[in-house]
Amino acid sequence: MWTDKPAPARPARVAFYNDPRVRSFAYQFVLCAAVALVVYGAVSNAIDHLHRAHIASGFGFWDQTAGFDISQTLISYSSQASTYGRAFWVGLLNTLLVASLGIVFATVLGFVIGISRLSKNWLLSKVAGGYVETIRNLPLLLQLLFWYNAVLKALPDIRDSIVFDGSIFLNNRGLYLPKPITGAGFGWVEVAFLVGIVGAVAFGFWARKRQESTGRQAPVFLVSLALVIGLPLAVLALAGVPIHFEPPQAGRFNIRGGIEVLPEFAALLFGLSIYTAAFIAEVVRAGILAVSPGQVEAAYSLGLRPRPTLRLIVVPQAMRVIIPPLTNQYLNLTKNSSLAVAIGYPDLVQVFTGTVLNQTGQAVEVVAITMLVYLTISLLTSLAMNFYNRRMALVER
Amino acid sequence: MTQSEGDLAVTELHFVRRYSIPAQRPPAKMTGAFGWLRDNLLSSPFNIALTLAIVLLAVWAVPEIVKFLFIDAVWTGSDRDACLESVQHREIGACWPFVWERLPYFIYGSYPIPERWRVDVFFAMLAIGVVWLLWLNAPRRDLGAFYFFVVVPIASYVLLHGFAAIGLPVVDTVLWGGVLVTIVLSAVGIVVSLPIGVVLALGRRSRMPAVRLLSTTFIEFVRGVPLITVLFMASVMLPLFVPERFEPDKLLRALIGIALFASAYMAEVVRAGLQAIPKGQYEGAMAVGLTYSQMMRLIVLPQALKITIPNIVNTYIGLFKDTTLVLIVGIFDLLRTIEVARIDPKWATPVTSTTGYVVAAIFYLIFCYGMSRYARAMEARLAKGDKR
Repeated sequence: MWTDKPAPARPARVAFYNDPRVRSFAYQFVLCAAVALVVYGAVSNAIDHLHRAHIASGFGFWDQTAGFDISQTLISYSSQASTYGRAFWVGLLNTLLVASLGIVFATVLGFVIGISRLSKNWLLSKVAGGYVETIRNLPLLLQLLFWYNAVLKALPDIRDSIVFDGSIFLNNRGLYLPKPITGAGFGWVEVAFLVGIVGAVAFGFWARKRQESTGRQAPVFLVSLALVIGLPLAVLALAGVPIHFEPPQAGRFNIRGGIEVLPEFAALLFGLSIYTAAFIAEVVRAGILAVSPGQVEAAYSLGLRPRPTLRLIVVPQAMRVIIPPLTNQYLNLTKNSSLAVAIGYPDLVQVFTGTVLNQTGQAVEVVAITMLVYLTISLLTSLAMNFYNRRMALVER
Repeated sequence: MTQSEGDLAVTELHFVRRYSIPAQRPPAKMTGAFGWLRDNLLSSPFNIALTLAIVLLAVWAVPEIVKFLFIDAVWTGSDRDACLESVQHREIGACWPFVWERLPYFIYGSYPIPERWRVDVFFAMLAIGVVWLLWLNAPRRDLGAFYFFVVVPIASYVLLHGFAAIGLPVVDTVLWGGVLVTIVLSAVGIVVSLPIGVVLALGRRSRMPAVRLLSTTFIEFVRGVPLITVLFMASVMLPLFVPERFEPDKLLRALIGIALFASAYMAEVVRAGLQAIPKGQYEGAMAVGLTYSQMMRLIVLPQALKITIPNIVNTYIGLFKDTTLVLIVGIFDLLRTIEVARIDPKWATPVTSTTGYVVAAIFYLIFCYGMSRYARAMEARLAKGDKR
């Protein structure tokens, strides 16, 4: 027998432990509980250990007198009067100095090598390829130690300094350059420089506006160059060149005066630039190869000559591909500058995680502050990157 | 014979050749070695200048390097006198007797001499495992994976650390050093970072907010700080966080630091692979009723890991180079043993440092270059599969 009546619609009953929502909640609960337990255990152990070792906690050490010397200081610092907080800033500025200079050099070198690798000159592309393969496959630390111990420390000692022009000294204690001393009226040159930068930016905006509305181009590059470099030079000449160079004086045991470039700084700068340049070269090469050859052919068939094709067609499209990994390399360079500790350049890690940590014993606070600094740099960069990517993203249908 | 102009074209002369004449040889300047030179080295004044500059550079640099490494090098000797210019009264290149004498130290560190066979066995076991896994047509690769990920770690621990019950005296890790430590650090990093990285990557793509948040925080935190601070954290903070009786020794602390660091980078590589798998694969797996773990294990991960092999190997190269950083927290890896040996008064000469660094450079170049060649070969192989 059969009936017309459909079977009573029974809601699909699932045991509660098979309900995905319940399961998901349970998993997350267990995970959070486990993490909380581990953190609790770690923290209570740490408090216990620190208490027994009579190590202070908290950030009170920040204002205590540091009592150690730092070989390179960009801001005034003395071992007797300055605090650990001051030492932190000295270290951070040293890190930023070597990182920003390294970024400039690595970018220039990286672009040159990346483009060389695509050169039609067989020899040049092979040499560039060899550079990239060798440098990328050697640990950075090895390269730093090589530059420092095998190259710079092998320079003659102070009495046999290599002297250029009677005013530049090179020896195993560093490079000594003449120091510029500015006189009255130099302030006007600085003002002119700032005015030049503002003027160049304003001119760029104006030129762009005008090109968008009328199609007429303006020599932006030349005008900017004149404003940023020419204007300050002109003011300098008008003010009667209120600047002179004070050469370093060679004594018997040391060299006084002048600008001193530490061998630690030079080794770190060389090492970081050369290492990162190899990675940047690969980024650049990949970016240029990512522009399809059809783009160039189309530009040629429109009658553009090679140089405008490069400037207007290839580079803008390649930059879209190049910039995100390039920023990544800049971040890597900044993080790698922490290897300074191995050759004794007083960067953030060497000063703070090294000396300050050893003196205060407050490992948790010191390591946490150091990590926070690097994290902040990374996060700021990736925020800027996201902003850039959103602006540069291809507008798709 | 007089004809009108019209007839001429039609009847008498053929303006169109009816047979092809043999092709002329291209001018000698355009082919062969000359043509190649013209095209590749001398195509424009700028190119000629570049070529000249490089040739001059090579003419200057290559003989210098050859001279340092071979011609002026010292091959025999028993202490620094053999490599001192003031004693030998000639130009001195690389100091090879220093390397010969210190080679065991570079390889084993201070591992007790009668026990060094254990390190050799470890190297051999590891080599077998690596070849078994990397050689794609090897027999029973599933067994190879089991061997590499289960048998080798346990056997190596017993072998290297010692196990008194079976007659292997315990060797404290402070005595380990040189290539042994470099290989142990990178092998553990390689073996541990992949599974943790996969778990973190899956966690970051999970639909459970707590899991996603924790994974993302961990990954971004570790990737945002330099390895050296992670190592500092592992070596100075980790002992604070665990009860005293479980306090890990120095090598283990560095291992934990390196493994965590590598895992975060691995997670991002795996995540890229997971993102590259078309959504249809996930949906198809769910449609046939697979559970989450079945879907991942049988459908998604095999494909995702396959396409990420080149990037995984590149991460391993980075990890291998990064192991040198442990020398900063006081562990005797290869670079540290070289640092120690080069300032030893018995051998300290102006050329010792460079010689030591050349040895380290050769070691790292061979391993990293080998890995990157493998990655490239895999990439080519995978690309072949995608071509139709």
